Amino acid sequence: MSISYLEAIREAQSLALENDENVFIYGQDVGAFGGAFKATKNLFQKYPDRVIDSPISEDAMVGLAVGAAIEGMRPIIEMQFADFSSVGFNQIVNQAATLFWRTAVPCPITIRLPSGGTPGSGPFHSQCMETIYAHYPGTIVMTPATVEDAYSMLLEAIAIDDPVIFCEHKYLYYHLKSDSLPKQTLPAKSARIVRSGRHATVVTYSAMLHEALRAADNMKNDGYEIEVVDLRCIKPIDMSTVLGSIARTGRVLAIGEAFPWGGVTSEIISRISSEGFNLLDAPPVRLNSIDTPIPYHPDLWRYHRPTASSVEEELRKLIRE
Amino acid sequence: MANSANQNQKLNGKLSTIAVDTYRWMVLARTFEDRISNIYRAGKIVGGVYVGKGQEAFSASLASQLMKGQDIYSPLIRDMAGRAAFGEPLIDAARTYLGSAQGPSVGRDGNVHRGNSQEGMPTMISHLGAMISVVCGMLFARRLRKKLNTVVGAACIGDGATSTGAFHEALNMAAVEKLPLIISIANNQFAYSTPTDRQFACNELVDRAAGYGVNGININGTDLVECIEGFEKVISLARAGDGPQIVVGNLLRLSGHGEHDDAPYVSNEMRSSDLGQDCLLKAKNKIIEESWCTENECNEIQEQATVEVNAAIAQAESEKGPNPYSHDWNAYSSPSFRK
Repeated sequence: MSISYLEAIREAQSLALENDENVFIYGQDVGAFGGAFKATKNLFQKYPDRVIDSPISEDAMVGLAVGAAIEGMRPIIEMQFADFSSVGFNQIVNQAATLFWRTAVPCPITIRLPSGGTPGSGPFHSQCMETIYAHYPGTIVMTPATVEDAYSMLLEAIAIDDPVIFCEHKYLYYHLKSDSLPKQTLPAKSARIVRSGRHATVVTYSAMLHEALRAADNMKNDGYEIEVVDLRCIKPIDMSTVLGSIARTGRVLAIGEAFPWGGVTSEIISRISSEGFNLLDAPPVRLNSIDTPIPYHPDLWRYHRPTASSVEEELRKLIRE
Repeated sequence: MANSANQNQKLNGKLSTIAVDTYRWMVLARTFEDRISNIYRAGKIVGGVYVGKGQEAFSASLASQLMKGQDIYSPLIRDMAGRAAFGEPLIDAARTYLGSAQGPSVGRDGNVHRGNSQEGMPTMISHLGAMISVVCGMLFARRLRKKLNTVVGAACIGDGATSTGAFHEALNMAAVEKLPLIISIANNQFAYSTPTDRQFACNELVDRAAGYGVNGININGTDLVECIEGFEKVISLARAGDGPQIVVGNLLRLSGHGEHDDAPYVSNEMRSSDLGQDCLLKAKNKIIEESWCTENECNEIQEQATVEVNAAIAQAESEKGPNPYSHDWNAYSSPSFRK
C-alpha cells in the first residue's frame, strides 16, 4: 500500500467526519466535485450534509465557522489556496483568534491552507501564510512535512479547542508518499529530530524539510553530519528541541520557504540568540525565498525559493565560520 | 362587523402589550446611557462611550419580539435597548463600562463589547459587518444538528457597515443558504461623520435586498409602532422559512459617534427634520394617547429604570478591576497549549 500526503489529508478528514458528528467541511468546490486538489474526494458522497460547497466568500466562510464553533461544532474550512485566506484575514485574526480570550468560549475551528509553491503557479497561488497567522495571539499554526504528520496532525488540529491554521504544502500533495498511516504519533506541538548530526543544525518545516535532507545527504559524502529539526508546528515553537540540537552542534541554519522579512526563521534566530547565545560557535543564519512576489516561470521559481543546493551552500559557509 | 371589531381589539391588545414592554427597555437604555455619559464626562470611564440615543425604538422593537433562550441576537454599538430587551442583565453593561473584574469580559474588553453566546447573544468585534456571518454560522450549526426549527437570528448594523465586504459576503451567503437571518440596519444618516451620500449610491438601502434575492422593508425608525409592526412581519417571514430579511430603519443618531464627539457635521435642518424626532418622546406620547398607559404609569416606568440603573452602577463601582499580576494570561483554551 502507498498513500500520498494528499490522501492522508483526505483520510484524516474522513475519519474525523466518521467519528464526530460535530465535524463538517465548508469550502469552495469541496462537495460533489471533491475540492480543487481533491482533498475531499468522495467525502460528500459519504457525508452529504456535512461536506458543503461555499460561495467564494472567505470572510464569511470563517465567520460562519466561528458561529458554528460557538454552537459546539468543529468546522473545517478549506481555503482553495492559502493565498486567498487573506480575504478572510479579519475573521481569522480578530474574530476566531480572540474569541476564547474575550468570551471564554472555545473556538475549535481548523482552517486548511493549501500552501507553498509549485512550478507555474505564480504570485497568487504559491504563498506561505504561516507567519501572518502566527503573529496573532490565540492561533495554533501547523506545518506538516510528512505523510504521517499530515494525517495525525490534522486529526489533532480538528480535536483541538482553539483555531488551528493548518498549512499543508501543495508540492508535497502528490510527490510525497508513505507505506502506511501512522499508528503512534508525536504531539503536534513537539518538534522532531529527523536526522542526527554534529556539524550543524538545520531548523525547518513543511516542504523545506526535504530540501534540507537532500542537502544533508549531499554533504555526507564530504564527511559532514548535519542534524535536521522539523518544527512541525511553528506556533507554538518547541524551542527545547531546537536548543538541545544546537547544544550538540553549535551552529544553526533556519530555513523557510516564506518571504524573508520577519517570520518563522527570524523568530527562530531571535530566540536562539537570546535563549541560547552561549551555545553558538558561529553566528546563526537563515535562508528564505527572495524578497519579491513569487514568480511564475519554473526557472525563476526554482531560483526564488530555497533548494537543496542553496541550503548546501549556506551550510558549507556556516561550517567554515 | 362584530368579529372584525373583536379582531382589532385583540390585535390592539397584543400591540399595546409589546409597545409598553418595548418602551420599558427604551427607557432603561436611555437612563443607563445618560448616566454612563455623565460618568464618562467626569473622567471616570477609560475608553469610549457609544450610545443609542434616538435609536432605542428601532433597537428594542426587534429584540423584544425575539424568543429568549431560543433565538439569536447580535447587537452592535447602539443597541443598549435591544440588549436589555433580549435579556442582558444591566449589571453586565455597568461592569463592562466601569472595568469590573466580575464583568463578562473580566476587563479584557470594554464598553459595548459584551455578550453571552450561550444565551444566543454573541460578543461583537469592532470590524463592521463581521458579526453577520457569525450569526449565519450559529443558524447553520443548528440546522446541521436538526435543531433549527423556528429559530431566527438577527444581526444589527448601521448604514456604514453596509459598505463592507463582510456585509456583502455574509448576506449573500445567508441568501444562498436560505438562513432565517434578519439584518437590522439602523440608517442613522452618518457613519461617524460621513453622510449616506458618501456611503452608498442607491436611492434607498433597502433597494439592495432585491439584488441579493431577499425580502426587505423600509420603516420609520423613530416610530415605535411602525418598528414593532415591521419587525413582527419579518420575524414571522423568517420563522416561516422565507429566508433572510432586511429591515432598514430610517432615523437620526441623537448623539455623537461617541461621547467624545459633539457631531458638528449634523446640520440644524436635519436635527429639526422628522428624522431627528426623539423616538422615546414619541413613544411615550403614543402610549398615553392610545391609553396603553397613563402618564403616571409612564413616570413609574422611568422611576423604576432610575432605581435599577443606580443599583447596577453602584454595584459595579464598588467592585475591583482585574489584577494584572494574578490574571490568566492565556489566549489558548486547550490545556496542552496553555502556559
